[in-house]
Order: sequence, then structure tokens, then C-alpha cells
Amino acid sequence: MASLEVSGSPPRSRRELEVRSTLQDKYSVLLPTYNERENLPLIVWLLVKSFSESGINYEIIIIDDGSPDGTRDVAEQLEKIYGSDRILLRPREKKLGLGTAYIHGMKHATGNYIIIMDADLSHHPKFIPEFIRKQKEGNFDIVSGTRYKGNGGVYGWDLKRKIISDGVLPCCPGWSLLGSNDPPISASWDCSRGANFLTQILLRPGASDLTGSFRLYRKEVLEKLIEKCVSKGYVFQMEMIVRARQLNYTIGEVPISFVDRVYGESKLGGNEIVSFLRGLLTLFATT
Amino acid sequence: MLPLVGGRRLNLVRFSFLLLRGALLSFLAVIMTKLAQWLWGLAILGSTWAALTTGALGLELPLSCQEVLWPLPAYLLVSAGCYALGTVGYRVATFHDCEDAARELQSQIQEARADLARRGLRF
Repeated sequence: MASLEVSGSPPRSRRELEVRSTLQDKYSVLLPTYNERENLPLIVWLLVKSFSESGINYEIIIIDDGSPDGTRDVAEQLEKIYGSDRILLRPREKKLGLGTAYIHGMKHATGNYIIIMDADLSHHPKFIPEFIRKQKEGNFDIVSGTRYKGNGGVYGWDLKRKIISDGVLPCCPGWSLLGSNDPPISASWDCSRGANFLTQILLRPGASDLTGSFRLYRKEVLEKLIEKCVSKGYVFQMEMIVRARQLNYTIGEVPISFVDRVYGESKLGGNEIVSFLRGLLTLFATT
Repeated sequence: MLPLVGGRRLNLVRFSFLLLRGALLSFLAVIMTKLAQWLWGLAILGSTWAALTTGALGLELPLSCQEVLWPLPAYLLVSAGCYALGTVGYRVATFHDCEDAARELQSQIQEARADLARRGLRF
């Protein structure tokens, strides 16, 4: 009787089944970094805490693009502290863009799910277990964090920024569209209500937060999407969702709070508005 | 009843039928871009409006209807604008300010710093 129970006994309940499948699944977090010396240890600590508290199998892949501030040194220390099976360093020589960072990271990922997020603490790892629960619930191909639904929201945006938005930003820190090295500036223009409304009207994407970059993908889905995407910068995040809709992938959404820690600085990036609109119109005309 | 012999009326009806069918088929085809969908939509609405206002279909609309119909596109444009402003305004007003999340993060950052320093991390 005992041997029967040990090997291959059918799961007794749905709950047990869920636990089993969670045990088999592995989640690879891709963290592209550029000058994140301060934030990297903190985000890794929060990730480890979140994963170990919920008993999820994980690995964190840090892709540093030759940051001059010593991000790599901190990453190496973290690797020693948490072990090289949990923290994987896959640095590159210089800044080569977000899309290729994901491709590079994925080559080394052993998980069957990939989580992408920003390393600047605007995305909190406490939401990851919710992403995973959501994914299992609807067997989704993609789960996207959204600031625009339910309890989702932002911290650190003034009224003007909420309406049209401008300034130093959040979405892909360190990955300036304009190619300037430092400080890492891109626009939060795209994250605003006005821009979001326009995007929803023009693209009808089937997801409420297109430019957020806190998402969970099935590995093969992310591979396919990156292969299809052509744009750069934060338009890339938008294109991923638009292409996902074209390829009939299913998308689940989890409300997230987005804590913008660079509150106060506000620069109107005319160039960024133009490049956002150009990206939006390109997607509008081609997809 | 439609006249059997070709005439302006028949051609127009047939034309709009073909237009509609074409548009529907294209909508069904996934390859249609968002831009094309918008152009089709506008073309259908625009041609319907033009056909009705110019009386090309030969329908004798009551005068009151014609008076409403003629400036309809302007009304629609204005209401679309109002809808857009209203929606954006409402969403901005109801946008959550996640102050709790910010406070929680700050305290966790302190905790993380202390724990990492204990484990020997040099910041």
C-alpha cells in the first residue's frame, strides 16, 4: 500500500494538482540593467523573498550592459550570496537594446516561464505570485501587469503627468530611446491616461496597459514575439502586445501599483512625444 | 421593390451592397491593418451620409430628418471629442495614488539593506 502512495498515486484534489504543476514549473526573471548599482541588490532581495515565501522555483538572470557604475560588481556579490543556481550573470560588453537583452537572457534561461520587469523598484516582486496564479487560472500565454485596472495605480505622478505626462521615467529605465548614455531618460508620456486612451482607441489591443513592462510569458511565446517585433524602446512593449493579439495569444491582467521613485523631476521631452506618436502610428498603419 | 432595369438607383444600391460586403469580408480577414479598418469604417459612414443627404438613393426624407442629417458629422465629431475628454478626465480623477505601496517599499528597502549588509554585501 505504501509503495502505491509514493509512486504515481493520482492527485487527491485540485489543490494538490496545482501544487504539483507549480513544482514542475520554473520561472526565469530577466533583469536587464544599466547603472542600477543601488537598486539591483534591493530588487534581488525582494525577488528572493517573494519566491521563497510562496515556494516557487526560480532563477534570476541579470543582463548588465557594461554599466560604468559597477553594477556588475554588485551582481557578482549577489551571485555569491544567493548561489549561482539562483542568480545568473550574463553581462554584455555594451548597451545593445532591450529586445536583444531579452534574447540574450533567454538563451540561458532554464525556466519554462519568463518574467520581465524593471530593475529600478518601480515593479514590486510581490505581484509575481499573483501573475502565476492568474496564468494558471486561465492558462494564459501572457500575464501583463496593469496600472489602469482594479487596485492598480501609480505613485509619484502629479496631475499633469497623469493627464499627458512628461518627465523622467519609469517604463524602461536605462533604456533611453534616444541612445544617450546617462542619465537614463525615457518618457513616461506613454504611460499617461491621455496617451493610453489614444492607444486604446487606435489599436484596440485587448489589454489595458500596453507600455508597462512587468509581464509573465510562456518561454516559447516570448521567443516568437521577439522574433516578430521590429520596434525599439518602449514602443517595443506596445508592439509585443499588439503582435500577441495578431498571433491569437491569450492575455491575462493583474492590477499592479507602480512606484515611480524619481518624483519631482519633470522635463518635457518633445522628442519623446514625437517618437511615441511615431511608434503608435507605425503600429496603427502596419498591424 | 427595386426596378429590374438598370438605373441610377439600382447601381447605387448594388454599389453600396458590394461596398458593405467587401468591408465585412475585409474585417473578417485578420490581415487588415487598424488603419484600413478605420478607413473602411469612415468610408461606409461617409458614403451613407452622402447618399442620404444628396438624395442619391431617391428616398424622400421628411424635412426635419434632413435638417438633422446634414450637420450630423459635426455633431458626431463634437460628441466624440466630449467623450474623449470626459473619459480621460474621469480616469485621471480615479487614478489610484498608491501611497501605501510607496511606504511599504520604503520600509522593505530598509529591511533589505540591513539583511544584505549582514550577509556581507558591500554596497
